[in-house]
Amino acid sequence: MRLLKNREALLALLILLLIGVVGLRAPIFLSASSMSNLLTDSTLLVMLALTQMFVIVTRGIDLSIASNLALSGMMTALLASKFPDLSVAVIILVALGIGLFLGLINGWLIGYLNLPPIVVTLGTMSVYRGLVFVLSGGAWVSSRQMPAAFIAFPLTHFLGVSHLVWLAAIAIIVMWFIARYTHFGRDLYAIGNQPVAARYVGIAISQRLLWTYGLSGMMAGLCGYLWVARYAVAYTEIAYGFEFTVIAACVIGGISIAGGVGSVAGAVLGALFLSVINNALPIVKISPFWQSALTGIVILTAVVINARGNTKNGRQILSLQSLDPSRQPPPSVQSGQSTVRETV
Amino acid sequence: MNTAPLPSTATSRYTIQDRQGFRIGGVMARWETLLAILFVVVFVANSFLLPHFFDFYNLADSTFNFSEKALIALPMALLIICREIDISVSGILALSSVAMGLAHHYGMPAPGLLFVAIATGTACGLLNGFLVTRFALPSIVVTIGTVSLFRGLSSVILGDQAFTGYPQLLVDWGQGYFFEVIPREFVVLLVFAIVFAVLLHATSWGRKMYAIGNNPVAARFSGIAVNRYRLALFMLTGAMAGLSGFLLTGRIGSTRPNIALGWELEIITMVILGGVSIAGGAGSIGGVFLAVLTLGMVTYGLALANIPGIIMTIVVGLLLLITIALPRLLRK
Repeated sequence: MRLLKNREALLALLILLLIGVVGLRAPIFLSASSMSNLLTDSTLLVMLALTQMFVIVTRGIDLSIASNLALSGMMTALLASKFPDLSVAVIILVALGIGLFLGLINGWLIGYLNLPPIVVTLGTMSVYRGLVFVLSGGAWVSSRQMPAAFIAFPLTHFLGVSHLVWLAAIAIIVMWFIARYTHFGRDLYAIGNQPVAARYVGIAISQRLLWTYGLSGMMAGLCGYLWVARYAVAYTEIAYGFEFTVIAACVIGGISIAGGVGSVAGAVLGALFLSVINNALPIVKISPFWQSALTGIVILTAVVINARGNTKNGRQILSLQSLDPSRQPPPSVQSGQSTVRETV
Repeated sequence: MNTAPLPSTATSRYTIQDRQGFRIGGVMARWETLLAILFVVVFVANSFLLPHFFDFYNLADSTFNFSEKALIALPMALLIICREIDISVSGILALSSVAMGLAHHYGMPAPGLLFVAIATGTACGLLNGFLVTRFALPSIVVTIGTVSLFRGLSSVILGDQAFTGYPQLLVDWGQGYFFEVIPREFVVLLVFAIVFAVLLHATSWGRKMYAIGNNPVAARFSGIAVNRYRLALFMLTGAMAGLSGFLLTGRIGSTRPNIALGWELEIITMVILGGVSIAGGAGSIGGVFLAVLTLGMVTYGLALANIPGIIMTIVVGLLLLITIALPRLLRK
């Protein structure tokens, strides 16, 4: 029970257990190359979950990240195919810039116009996805059109680890620092916990939200380039439905949709957990068709475990006997019947 | 500092005012009126610009594209009015369709298939509602989980196959017409729109839904069984998704793994465009129905003009953003 209190430790333990069980069934899963694959496969999900964590902590949600990723990816792919001489550094800056711009649109609508995040990001999600189609004319940008350096970057190894993993590691450290040691990060927790109180203590909520969604967009932009380069193809439907995977990773990591609760470790572990499941399935010969169903079961289990303590059984506060001594005490209220909760 | 003013009682959504007398300005400012004007504008513009738009048979056939989605949008509107949301409707629809395919495969007679679809949908809705009410979970998280589960189960059963060869009854309801011109699906939608409008606007159940959406805690304290309403609405949404699955399967004549993919977002867009507040407690079935018709006419117009369907998503997304942002911008 004491261990269950620390969600991150429990989740880390579960991941190790899962890897161990799969390793027993198929020792090849524990080989260095397979583990390195697992890490590389999980990077994009980890990075997106980090910034989505910040968004969810502020009581928001960003459904537009997958479309943002597709649009940034398509734009960088088109740019690279038109100008093959551009260095990867420039391409990455462009991807970050595009993503940031798309994210700031969300942030402005949510922060400065006080519109509900779910509706805003639902709208921009459709718009961005449509724009991918408009830009590309529905055509694919294939590996033959992209310069070799553009494609090679994500999987090039540096000190024995691929660039993708380095980038994810840098992202984790930066986000951990922001969440823990900056005014910006601490303000986000305050906003999520109690927006009204946050405003009273003088937190510039609008500006904070603007940059939270900007950050989320920026990460989606970076991941857009990485995604397109890694799979060496760009088309309209890339990363379709990926936003839900990212949100699921956050939920598994114990980040509460009600806001104010969440940690970088949780987001990373949640993303790793999903990646381990997805990578282990083919190895233990479970049909890939089970992947989605298992993911669903994992999410539901995680939220139910995280939710223990949400429900408080109704209690009779004033005993009726004090009003009328001749009365028998009333039968106790059944559990859950008079539970009142506030949803966001 | 650039923040919105704190809500005071005068501007709060929760103030209860006396009923205003009839004023033409009040009617004009209503969201439903604006939607109706938008609908007329779209309709007239399309009729002038596109040669085959104003053709009764074409117009009738254009209703096929939105009837199934609109059937799910009706209960979704009630859910959103109650501050809940169901992301899993497309998964429920897929699973209902797969269950029908299985039942048909094992020799279930045609009328039984409708029962199978609706029962599957209701069971899925029961799971959603049970998780939301029993564990006090936010519905968006639960339904993001269950959509993976339902879709996953559908693809496990289907594999990479497809169920085909459905009986004539499904084809009749999915593709057929009453009196040779009016699509049956649209008639089903009209009947249900009326039923839902009565439920929401003319019964005490409907009033209680508004109460729950405005303030669940206060509603609970005033003796409304809030969780019972939530559970019932999730089941109702599931049942309607099952019915919609029955019609869609009949219309396209098969069950494929990607059936109804991405519908949940289109359906939620319909509801929000219809003036239902995502914060709960406000909205009307009339508005939702008008939004459905308007979107349907825009889609049909674009299709006649040979504009690819994905452009439609841009139009719908922009419409959604403009509709929610405009009132705020005007108030500034």
